[in-house]
Amino acid sequence: MALTFRLNGEEVCIPDADPSATLLDWLREERGLTGTKEGCNEGDCGACTVMVTDGRGSRALNACILFLPQLNGKSVRTVEGAAGPDGTLHPVQQAMVDHHGSQCGFCTPGFIMSMVTAHANGATDFDDQLAGNLCRCTGYAPIIRAAEAAKDAPVPDWITRDRPVEPGAQPLMPQSADELADLYQQNPEATLIAGATDVGLWVTKQLRRLPQMIFLDRCADLKDIEVTDSAVRIGAMADLNRLRMAVEPLHPSFAGMLRRFASQQVRAAATVGGNIANGSPIGDTPPALIALDATLHLRHGARRRELPLEAFFLDYGKQDRQPGEFVEAVSFPRQPDTLRVYKLSKRFDQDISAVLGAFNVTVVNGTVTAARIAFGGMAGIPKRAAHVEAALTGQSWTRAAITAACAAFERDFTPMDDMRASAEYRMGTAKNLLLRYFDELNGTPVSVLEVTS
Amino acid sequence: MSVSKPLPHDAARMHVTGAARYVDDIPSPAGTLHLAFGLSPIARGHITGMHLTDAQHSPGVAAVMTAKGLPFSNDVSPSIHDEPLLAAGTVNYVGQPVFLVVADSHRNARIAARKGKVDYREEPALLTLDAALAAGSRFEEGPRVYRKGDAAAAIGAAPRTVEGTFELGGQEHFYLEGQAAMAWPQEDGGMHVFSSTQHPTEIQHKVADAIGLPMHAVRVETRRMGGGFGGKESQGNALAVACAVAARLTGKPCKMRYDRDDDMVITGKRHAFRITYRAGFDGDGRLQGVEFLHLVDCGWAQDLSLPVADRAMLHSDNAYLIPNIRIESHRLRTNRQSATAYRGFGGPQGMVGIERVMDHIAHDLGMDPAELRRRNYYAPMQSPDAPPGAPQDTSGAPPDPDADLASRGAPAQPAEPSPPPKGVQTTPYHMPVEDFILHELTAELLKTSDYAKRRQAVREWNKGRTHLKRGIAFSPVKFGISFTLTHLNQAGALVHVYQDGSVHLNHGGTEMGQGLFQKVAQVAASRFGIPLEKVKITATDTGKVPNTSATAASSGSDLNGMAVKAACDTIRDRMAEHLALHHQARPGDVVFENGQVRIGQDVMSFDKAAAACYQGRVSLSATGFYKTPKVEWDRIKGQGRPFYYFAYGAAVTEVAVDALTGENRILRCDILHDAGASLNPALDIGQIEGGYVQGAGWLTTEELVWDGAGRLRTHAPSTYKIPACSDRPDVFNVKLWDGQNREDTIYRSKAVGEPPFMLGISAWLALSGAVSAFGDAYPALNAPATAEEIWRAIRRVRDGI
Repeated sequence: MALTFRLNGEEVCIPDADPSATLLDWLREERGLTGTKEGCNEGDCGACTVMVTDGRGSRALNACILFLPQLNGKSVRTVEGAAGPDGTLHPVQQAMVDHHGSQCGFCTPGFIMSMVTAHANGATDFDDQLAGNLCRCTGYAPIIRAAEAAKDAPVPDWITRDRPVEPGAQPLMPQSADELADLYQQNPEATLIAGATDVGLWVTKQLRRLPQMIFLDRCADLKDIEVTDSAVRIGAMADLNRLRMAVEPLHPSFAGMLRRFASQQVRAAATVGGNIANGSPIGDTPPALIALDATLHLRHGARRRELPLEAFFLDYGKQDRQPGEFVEAVSFPRQPDTLRVYKLSKRFDQDISAVLGAFNVTVVNGTVTAARIAFGGMAGIPKRAAHVEAALTGQSWTRAAITAACAAFERDFTPMDDMRASAEYRMGTAKNLLLRYFDELNGTPVSVLEVTS
Repeated sequence: MSVSKPLPHDAARMHVTGAARYVDDIPSPAGTLHLAFGLSPIARGHITGMHLTDAQHSPGVAAVMTAKGLPFSNDVSPSIHDEPLLAAGTVNYVGQPVFLVVADSHRNARIAARKGKVDYREEPALLTLDAALAAGSRFEEGPRVYRKGDAAAAIGAAPRTVEGTFELGGQEHFYLEGQAAMAWPQEDGGMHVFSSTQHPTEIQHKVADAIGLPMHAVRVETRRMGGGFGGKESQGNALAVACAVAARLTGKPCKMRYDRDDDMVITGKRHAFRITYRAGFDGDGRLQGVEFLHLVDCGWAQDLSLPVADRAMLHSDNAYLIPNIRIESHRLRTNRQSATAYRGFGGPQGMVGIERVMDHIAHDLGMDPAELRRRNYYAPMQSPDAPPGAPQDTSGAPPDPDADLASRGAPAQPAEPSPPPKGVQTTPYHMPVEDFILHELTAELLKTSDYAKRRQAVREWNKGRTHLKRGIAFSPVKFGISFTLTHLNQAGALVHVYQDGSVHLNHGGTEMGQGLFQKVAQVAASRFGIPLEKVKITATDTGKVPNTSATAASSGSDLNGMAVKAACDTIRDRMAEHLALHHQARPGDVVFENGQVRIGQDVMSFDKAAAACYQGRVSLSATGFYKTPKVEWDRIKGQGRPFYYFAYGAAVTEVAVDALTGENRILRCDILHDAGASLNPALDIGQIEGGYVQGAGWLTTEELVWDGAGRLRTHAPSTYKIPACSDRPDVFNVKLWDGQNREDTIYRSKAVGEPPFMLGISAWLALSGAVSAFGDAYPALNAPATAEEIWRAIRRVRDGI
């Protein structure tokens, strides 16, 4: 397919791009730009990080799971373009030299591009900005020192000049939900590509060929997040960094979980619709959204239907979605914030959950009037703890009642053993998270993340 | 002088601009072919049939090779020839290379490799230490035992004892640059190999054997690695040999890099241990006797397991005088990846063993664990400025001319150790400890980290809390520096001074991020008294410096720095002699400093001096050689002096844990570390910070999980969790101890690559302390102490579950 984008300031036209070619392979193999590294080829190490700029701003993205068509109309900057045309180092590059931020240097280009992007966006939450860049040599301390040292330097003009370009016209890149609905109805076997953070691995790890791909990135209307007095409606193509920003004032615990969801790069690509449609039992947004009583909006051609989000997940790997039907949006009612979302994983940042518990209990005059509790990692699908909810509802909101309700977890879930955690740990901590929820609502500190020396 | 300056890494600017080239970045000639292995899906069995037609007919495939098609040696082992490049008849772990695909692209090779089908007759695999022990599946004829005094009697007579058993997991290196190699066939059948390796000579040797040519026909170049950590000491052999045999077959350059999942599934990792201990001590906590049993999971091939397991035994004392000790080590052969070198080379495992004992004793006595440790320290160094003894010649004829002599897997030559001096405290292997500085270093660290006050504050804080508790712990490091295979303690260098005064330097060490090139360049610049910019180091190249040891055992700067110094001094002496002659001065009066050469009253720039020497027909090129003095070691007897000296350090770590989930994190770490008179404080601090975080990662989040069929389930960063940015301590204070090496090392510096890794043990001990705040029982943590392990330990301590 024909694509146009800007690469390090210069317009590039590819008349016949392989739609499943990744930016990383293209940069390294076709352009000889070997500064961008392959560390894991699955979006978990950040060595391939590049900066992509479009009308919505600049994002750091993992080039290894970024298909070339996703760049159509955008501007890409690689580590080779971080320094100025005359060789002047970008302030973050100079700071990394001055503060000894590189040792073996292999992760460094990725760090540089995450830092260049954060710097351009004025972001200074460096632990979060760099959570998706792994370094095995330095222990990160000098990298953070470098980021701090460079944060007040002005953004160089070669960075601020990055602009989108007129994209190559593409039949497989619909411009709106309506166009997508038509196209997908006619090609129900096609693979929909939103952020490609999962489908990318079908190509890089499973070595699959994807005969037909429809790229959703240009469906601007699917990216909207609408917050009204009565509801929040999130377009399927809203990325998870934008979701995080949208829910921060409404449900900060949800936003706090999203801070730990994958990494800055993956959240910048991954979409709410993708995280739902993919049906993973360990996707982190569905349990939180289920606890918020979310409704899923599906579309097939002109026909739309909606269903409670939990009803979408039928069984492991099986969702209530017809060929040619796609997730258009997910919505949830505005409500007082009693939601808490707890993510358990081996590592705090950028790890897949062993257990994710989302709790939303309504207490009126000391009595539980409603409870919505949902879990990831506890079953083959994101699933409500219906028996626990029932055991709580109508009871007084006391530690004794909570403890009694814990037994019901055994009726809701039969978790599994895997490399992330044992079944015993999953079951034990799921119960404990309910206790944690009770404590937290009562104002007790519950997280080691809040402890300081 | 350039030495001791905190200069940036020599390639820092190339790193940050993306210009630094790694093996896969080297532009490859048109027609270059790419390789991928077909892997065994089973842990143990016989190959009964191979169906490779689909692979051969897959798009872009040029050739598919099996063991039968290899022209010469089918061997990539660094020790006892038990590791074929391609499985011959039997397979021994899930992930073992069985066949080799050669194709026109990396992707096509990978696609084709999955199309090959191999039939196996499966056999029961040995997937646990217990299974291997029961089956008598081991390396060497039986357990190795080192002893001093009578441990059993001492423990029997001691007023108090503790005992226990714990699991200590392995560790994936997770170098960010995966294994990679490229081979260019030469006009005469020789091979030019680019390899991401810590050991170019080993690659040269294995490639030469595989293509049936002498070592002179193979030239290996390594400019840099994207991380090594021991994982590229022997594990690069397979890729380089595969590229060479494929290049020989096809006549085309061949390139191979492992996809990350393949890398983690194929290559060896840190050895997992099960350690059983029994210790006797008095009411003051003074050790009377200690027994250790090490069960070592070596995986399926011997690789470097013997010296790794030896080094674990050699660090079972860490910093403590143990009057009676017995260490028994079983090197078990299982059907898993062949465990290999990893930063510390067994030392960390041995050290965790004794630190566990100290933690347990402190808990038993209710004593401050830092105080307990200090009471058991070796006696302080008596005379820090005592002159080093005269070098001894430890060379001799090798026992087997065909052996892989340059590898740490090579057989050791028996040595007759000298008896230790009278009145000096000795280690369990009877080496005198004469440079012990931990008393002073510990006092300083405990003071600067405010240990006593914070320990009290942690106890107070813990009192009012049900779910969250904090812990604080101190741990010291005493790490032996030298290859325990004595003959590897040698290095060479090649230095050229050009007529314009610029200097070109090569040595046998490899750059994997540690800053070796910069440190060595600083040495050269200092010897000639010239600015660092005038010194250029190029890729490590077996054609320039031959017969090198692996860049390993923290020895890079010690060995190569000295070799470079020797080469520089040879040239300097020649220049001085010539210049003195022409300026009516004595050679001893010629001084090289500040970019100038002073000859009596006359001064000229170094550049002019170089030109003058050239015109005077003085050779401006020299080799340098160094061998470490004093070391002599008998690994069978467990006696001698395996180490030239010890490097020291200590850390205080504070953590918090949550009983509900086991979640935990490091809040603060204070480190004081001994790098001798540092060649480059900035680079040394980088090694310390990075080593600590890597060590803490090993003992916390980095969990390797195999399933019941022997398949590694944690084979990508999605499932194997090295520390991320926010896992470093919130407060991270790292300082260098102001001292110098008692021994005559390069500018009296000390090795710094491995020792700081073991400072991470303090994080594990702090977790143990935090867990112990939940109840009376001893936490008995396993490692890694994942959230799940902490959760379980708290239940044991608090609820007796």
